[in-house]
Amino acid sequence: MATTTAPVTAAAHAPAESGTGLWSWITTVDHKRIGALYGVTAFTFFLIGGLEAMLMRIQLAKPENTFVSPDVFNQLFTMHGTTMIFLAIMPLSASFFNFMIPLMIGARDVAFPRLNAFSYWVFLFGAIFLNLSFFLGGAPDTGWFGYSNLTSSQYSPGHGVDFWAIGLQILGIASLAAGFNFIITIVNMRAPGMKLMRMPVFVWMTLVTSFLIIFAFPVITVALVFLLFDRLTGTNFFAPAMGADPVLWQHLFWLFGHPEVYILILPAMGIVSEILPTFSRKPLFGYPVVVYSGIFIGFMGWGVWSHHMFSVGLGPIADSFFALTTMLIAIPTGVKIFNWIATMWGGRLELKTPMLFAIGFISMFIMGGLSGFMHASPPADLQQTDTYFVVAHIHYVLFGGSMLGIFSGLYYWFPKMTGRMMNEGLGKLHFWLTILAMNVTFFPMHFVGLLGMPRRVYTYAPHMGFDTMNLISTIGVFGIALSLLVFIWNFLTSSRSGALAGPNPWGGATLEWAIPSPPPVYNFGTVPTVHSLDPLWAKDGAEISRTANQVRGHIHMPPSSVWPAVSALGMAMLMSGMLFGWWVGIPGLVIMLVGLYSWAFEPCH
Amino acid sequence: MTSRTTWWFRLTIALLVLGAAALGGCSLHDYPQSSLHPHSDYANSIQRLLETLVFWVVVIFVLVEGALIVTVVRFRSRPGAPEPKHVHGNTTLEVAWTIAPALILALVAVPTVLTIFKTQAKAPAGSLEVKVVGHQWWWEFQYPEYGIVTASELHVPVGRTVTVSLETADVIHSFWFPIVGGKRDVVPNHVNHIWFTPDSVGEFPGQCAELCGVSHANMRMKLFVQSPEDFKAWTAAQQAGPVEPDSTTLAGKGKAVFLEVGCVACHTIQGVSPGIIGPNLTHVGTRTTIAGSIYPNTAENLAKWIGDPQKRKPGATMLNLGLNPDQIAAVVAYLQSLK
Repeated sequence: MATTTAPVTAAAHAPAESGTGLWSWITTVDHKRIGALYGVTAFTFFLIGGLEAMLMRIQLAKPENTFVSPDVFNQLFTMHGTTMIFLAIMPLSASFFNFMIPLMIGARDVAFPRLNAFSYWVFLFGAIFLNLSFFLGGAPDTGWFGYSNLTSSQYSPGHGVDFWAIGLQILGIASLAAGFNFIITIVNMRAPGMKLMRMPVFVWMTLVTSFLIIFAFPVITVALVFLLFDRLTGTNFFAPAMGADPVLWQHLFWLFGHPEVYILILPAMGIVSEILPTFSRKPLFGYPVVVYSGIFIGFMGWGVWSHHMFSVGLGPIADSFFALTTMLIAIPTGVKIFNWIATMWGGRLELKTPMLFAIGFISMFIMGGLSGFMHASPPADLQQTDTYFVVAHIHYVLFGGSMLGIFSGLYYWFPKMTGRMMNEGLGKLHFWLTILAMNVTFFPMHFVGLLGMPRRVYTYAPHMGFDTMNLISTIGVFGIALSLLVFIWNFLTSSRSGALAGPNPWGGATLEWAIPSPPPVYNFGTVPTVHSLDPLWAKDGAEISRTANQVRGHIHMPPSSVWPAVSALGMAMLMSGMLFGWWVGIPGLVIMLVGLYSWAFEPCH
Repeated sequence: MTSRTTWWFRLTIALLVLGAAALGGCSLHDYPQSSLHPHSDYANSIQRLLETLVFWVVVIFVLVEGALIVTVVRFRSRPGAPEPKHVHGNTTLEVAWTIAPALILALVAVPTVLTIFKTQAKAPAGSLEVKVVGHQWWWEFQYPEYGIVTASELHVPVGRTVTVSLETADVIHSFWFPIVGGKRDVVPNHVNHIWFTPDSVGEFPGQCAELCGVSHANMRMKLFVQSPEDFKAWTAAQQAGPVEPDSTTLAGKGKAVFLEVGCVACHTIQGVSPGIIGPNLTHVGTRTTIAGSIYPNTAENLAKWIGDPQKRKPGATMLNLGLNPDQIAAVVAYLQSLK
C-alpha cells in the first residue's frame, strides 16, 4: 500500500498561484491554503481565548481576589466563551474541512473556491471586529449566551453587546457560506465510485455538521436581528415593560445553541473515526452504525434545546419531554464510543501521537458525556445548572472532546499538509501534559460546583470551602499553557525541519494518502475510481495511488482572485457601520458592491 | 488474567471510596452552600435521584473506561504481532450495545419523571407563602400572611411547607438555597414557584445563580430555618413598628439626617419613609448582614457602605449622597437602632 511519488509533470500545468508572498495568500482560492489560513487564525484566537481563561483563573485563585475588576471579569468570560466557540473550535474544524475534504473525496477543490475564500475573510474580519471591542469601550459582558433582558440598552448601556451581536452576524455569514459550500462539494464532487456509504466518516460528519450550520445559523440570525432592532431602533421584541417575554430569546438562542454543540463535536468525532482504524491497522467497526449514529445525533440535536432551560420554569411536561429526548441522544453517542473501542479490539495499536490524542478524546469525552447524563435529569440539573459542575462538563466535552479531537487530527494530517513529520517525543509530551493539566484544571470543578459555587462569579467568600479546589484549577491552567508551548514549539520546528513524510506515512486507507505530501495544487493528477470504503487498503490500492498521481493533459484550476477578500471587507465594514456610523457603512457598501460586481464578471480562466 | 482482575477490582474500590469521601465525607460546616447536604423534602427528592444517577455514572464510567484501557493495553503493537483481521462489524453486538444503554436510561428516566411531577406539583394547603423579588443585586422577601417586608435574609419555620413565588424587578436572576433544593429563575413577566419543607433548624447561605450584571457575585442571601417559637417571635418583632429614637441621641440625629438627605426616596421605614427602590429598612438592625448579604451588619461596615456604595459593591444602584463622617455616624446609629 505504500506508494512512491509518481513523476509529476506539474510544470506544464503551473497553477495560477505559485507565489508565496502576502499577495498570494490574500488572493488564494486554493482550499489547502485557505485551510491553512483558517487553522493559523483560529489557533491564534484559541490562544487569545486561553489567555482570557488564564486571567479568570488567576482572579479566582483565592477568595475575594482583586486581580481583575468585576466588569473586566464579565468581559473575560463572555469573550472566552464566544471566542472558543466561534473563533477557535468552529474555524479549527473548518480548517480540516477545507484542507481535507477535497483530498478525501478525490476532488481538485471545493465546489466554490472563491466563495470559500470569501468565508475565510468574512470570518477573519468578524473576529477582528468582535475583539476590537476590548479597545473601544469594553467587550461584551453578558455571557456568550447573551440572555435577554440583561442585553437591553437599559441594563447594558455600553456598546459591548452591539459588538457581540454584530460580530456574530458577520461570523454567521462566513459559517453559512462555508456550510453550503461543503454540502455541495460533498454531494457533487466525489470521485467516481465513491457512493455515500463509501465516504470516510470524517466526510460524513462534515456533511452533517454543514447541514446543522445552514439550519441553525438562521435561527440565531433572527434572534440577533431582533436584539439589534431593540438596541438600535427601540423596538420591543425583548422588552418586558412592553409585555415581551424574554424567554423567547432563550428558546431562539438554544434552538441554535444546541445544534451548535454538535457543530463543535461532530467534526472531532469524524476525525477520530479516521484515526482509530489507521492506527489499529483495521477498518472502522460498524461503519454504517457510526454514520447513522452521527446523522441521528444531528437530527436529535434539534429536539433537546430546552434542557438548557430547566430552571426557567417551563412546567413538568416540558421538563419531562426534554429530559427524555436528551437521554435518548446518549444512545447513539454511546454506540459510537462502543464502535470505536471495538475498532481497536483485535487490532495492532500503533500508539503514535495522533492515536494517543484519539484515545484521550474517547476517554475524556466519556467523562463529559456522563456528567451531561447527570444534568439530563431536570431535578438533578436544578442543583447543577449555572454552577461549576456545568463548567466542568462543558470543558470535558469541548476541551477533552473537540480540542483533543482537533489535536489528534492535526498530528495525523500535519504530514499531509506540510510534507514533514511532527516530532513524536514532543508530541507525546504534549499529549501527557494536556491530559494531566486538563484534569487538574477541570476535574475539581465538578466538586466545587456540587458544593455550591455558581459560575460566572468574579469572586467568592472565604469559608465557603471553595478555596482549595479553585487554587488547584488555577494551577492546572498553567499546565495547559505549558502543554501548548510544547505543541507550538513542535509545530514550528517540525514544519521547518521534521523528517520527510512521503505520501502515506501512517499507512492510511483514504484517498488523501494516495497523493504526495504536501499535495500539488490540483491534488489528483487523475481522479481515481473508488471501489470500496478503504480504497488504499483494497486489492487495487496500489493502482489507485498510481492513477492519482498520473497527470494526463491540462488540469484547469481556478485562478486566484482578490475580490472575495474585497467583498468580505466591504461586507464587514457595512455591518460594522451599524455601530460605527455611516462613514464606515457607506464606504463599506461601495467596496462590497465593487467587490461582488468584479467577482461576478471576473474571467475564470 | 487473575492479576489483572485483582488490579481492576482494587482500582474500582479505590475510585468508589474516593468518590464517596469527596461527595459524602465533607460536612456542611466545611461547605455551607453544598447541594449534597439536603435539609428539606424537595432537596431530599433531588438527592435520591442524584444517588441513582451517580450509581449508574460510576458503573458506566468503570466499565467503559475499563474496556478502553484493557483494549489499549492488550492490543498495543508489539514486535512480531500479526496484521489484524479486517472485521467490519457485528450486528448482534450493535443491537446489544444499543439496547443496554436504553435499559439503563429507562431505569433513570422513570424516577426522573416521577420526581419532576412530584417536586413541581401544587404545594400542600396551609403552606407559608413568601413572595421573592429579585433586584440588581439583592433579594426582597415579602410575607403577605404577616405583612412583613424584608431583604437578603429569609426566615422560615422548620417543618412547615414554604411556597415561594418568584418575581423580578429588573433582569433575570435565579433563586438558590442549595440546602432546600434546586434553583428556579426569576424572569420578567413570569411568576415562578417552588415549595419545600425545611427539616432542620440552622443558618444557610444561598445566592443568585443566573448572570445578572456586574455584581452578580455579590447577590447573596441567607436562610434562617427557625423553631416554630423562634419564628413566631421573629414575625412578631418584624410586625411591630420601627423603633422611634429619642431626638437628642445620635440615633435621633441620624433619623433627621435620613429624612433630610434623600434616603427616603428609595427606602421604606414603616411610618417614616415610603421609598420602594432599595431594601425595606424598618428592622434593618435585626439583620446579620447588609448590602446583599455580603458584609456583616456592623457599624463599621454600614459606615463604609453608606460612604461609598459603589466601592463596596461594584455597580450598586444605591446613591453616594456625599454625607460627611458625622452624618454617616448618625445614620449608622439610627439604622442600628432599628431592631
